[in-house]
Amino acid sequence: MLEKMIFGRYIPGDSFIHRLDARAKLLFVFFFIMVVFIANNWITYGILLVFTFLIIKLSKIRLYFLINGLKPVVFLIIFTFLLHLFFTREGPIILDWKFIKIYEEGLKQGIFISIRFTVLVILTSILTLTTTPISITDALEILLNPLKKWKLPVHELALMMSISLRFIPTLMDETDKIMKAQMARGSDMTTGNMKERMNAIVPLLIPLFVSAFKRAEDLATAMEVRGYRGGEGRTRYRKLEWALRDTLTLLTLVVLAVILVYFRN
Amino acid sequence: MDISLQQVSYAYAKDTPFEKRALYDVDLLIPSGSYQAIIGHTGSGKSTVLQHLNALLKPTEGVICIGGTEVVAGKKNKKLREIRQKVGIVFQFPEHQLFDETVLKDIMFGPMNFGVPEEEARQRAIELVRLLGLPEEVMEKSPFDLSGGQMRRVAIAGVLAMNPEVLVLDEPTAGLDPRGRKEIMDLFYKLHIEKGLTTILVTHSMEDAARYADRIAIMHNGRCVLQGIPKEIFSDEDRLMDYRLELPQSIKFQKKLEEMMNKKLPSLCLTEEALAEELARLLKKEREI
Repeated sequence: MLEKMIFGRYIPGDSFIHRLDARAKLLFVFFFIMVVFIANNWITYGILLVFTFLIIKLSKIRLYFLINGLKPVVFLIIFTFLLHLFFTREGPIILDWKFIKIYEEGLKQGIFISIRFTVLVILTSILTLTTTPISITDALEILLNPLKKWKLPVHELALMMSISLRFIPTLMDETDKIMKAQMARGSDMTTGNMKERMNAIVPLLIPLFVSAFKRAEDLATAMEVRGYRGGEGRTRYRKLEWALRDTLTLLTLVVLAVILVYFRN
Repeated sequence: MDISLQQVSYAYAKDTPFEKRALYDVDLLIPSGSYQAIIGHTGSGKSTVLQHLNALLKPTEGVICIGGTEVVAGKKNKKLREIRQKVGIVFQFPEHQLFDETVLKDIMFGPMNFGVPEEEARQRAIELVRLLGLPEEVMEKSPFDLSGGQMRRVAIAGVLAMNPEVLVLDEPTAGLDPRGRKEIMDLFYKLHIEKGLTTILVTHSMEDAARYADRIAIMHNGRCVLQGIPKEIFSDEDRLMDYRLELPQSIKFQKKLEEMMNKKLPSLCLTEEALAEELARLLKKEREI
């Protein structure tokens, strides 16, 4: 049932993108989001699309996953497209039918915004598809480290994030198991009206909460037993290593920005 | 109620890149009223077979006949409720499915889902609390206040309360102490005999399979590789080794002993009791000579 969820999952591989340092990828996506906003005409948006396409090729990820990653936001993209299409009133009218008036500028803006959205979603999907969750959290912890000066509990936040990521599949399995056990006892979660369905959820949620709390307690005990006491002076098992290719990757972003600035009007 | 699996295959996450085949062309016939054990190494597909037995999973290929109802790959079936009422499944660690305020209410959940009137369901629940040897005062307690062993019994009662014709057990005694194990397994056997239940036991324990089952099927890498009566199955040790399974303790002991005495016992002893009897008879005979 839940096994079909693949959005945001890590796909093991050995492409150039897979091998990049997680920090480089995070920074890349972060700055790319800003760079995207430089584009403002057909040429610059075209360049963005080509750039994204090259990254897809480099990551060797099957289009299937990217399309799946886009699915949840397709509605949003269409919605913003229509919003721009109908509410931008600039340039010559290209369609005038009864009360609907569509302006050239509206169509253009709609397409641009859609491209922007798509490119951003694809890039972030590639980040999660090519990087293990654990190295994303490690990277985040290192990148946020300077904020410790302002008493932000960086290590604890990263730990919380990795624990929750770690337990998503466990909880999914658990949900599946309990759902099946209750279905075998005649509970039916897929038919009936709203109220009946809400009632059918209770026998699923209560055992799930009980076991989640139990797991949390066990984990806390296990950590304490092994002498865990936070991030102070802690070394790492998995070391992130910054290589030349990571610097170069970030440099391509600068090059992209320069090109975009040159071609924008 | 006969249950038959014909050429059943199953793949998890079908049509995604994570597709994983779990069963290959499984053929299995479980006649009404029999005690069938399904044994196999971890990951052999035992639990996947089990979930097919009341249509929680539907085969990706093949047909499953449960009583008169057919579950065919790729077809919708409206009689699922009926099947689920007749086939009760006790999952591994069934205490994880407890949720209601009181023990009685939790046991009544199953039967009431299948339209049994409240009073009758309550009656059944009270009887089952007694049958499973739980103290009377737990009835109005929250199931979460009980000990692990008691929770297990409550969960089992919750399945038995549906009055199933077929009882499917997935390692029902995992994690219990030896005495609790024996009590529960003996109880299932008693129900099997008294109520004429068709019982299907999925287990790691060769001893349980040898002691209770009248038919054994061995699963290995998603295939059903061997079927037969216990004495046949356990007489071929090499074959069992191929499937990374062991002989039951009593048979191991018997083999060692036969080797030392350089003499064969007249039959394969599936339980310690049978072995003890056989040995007593042998000793008596020797004394007479």
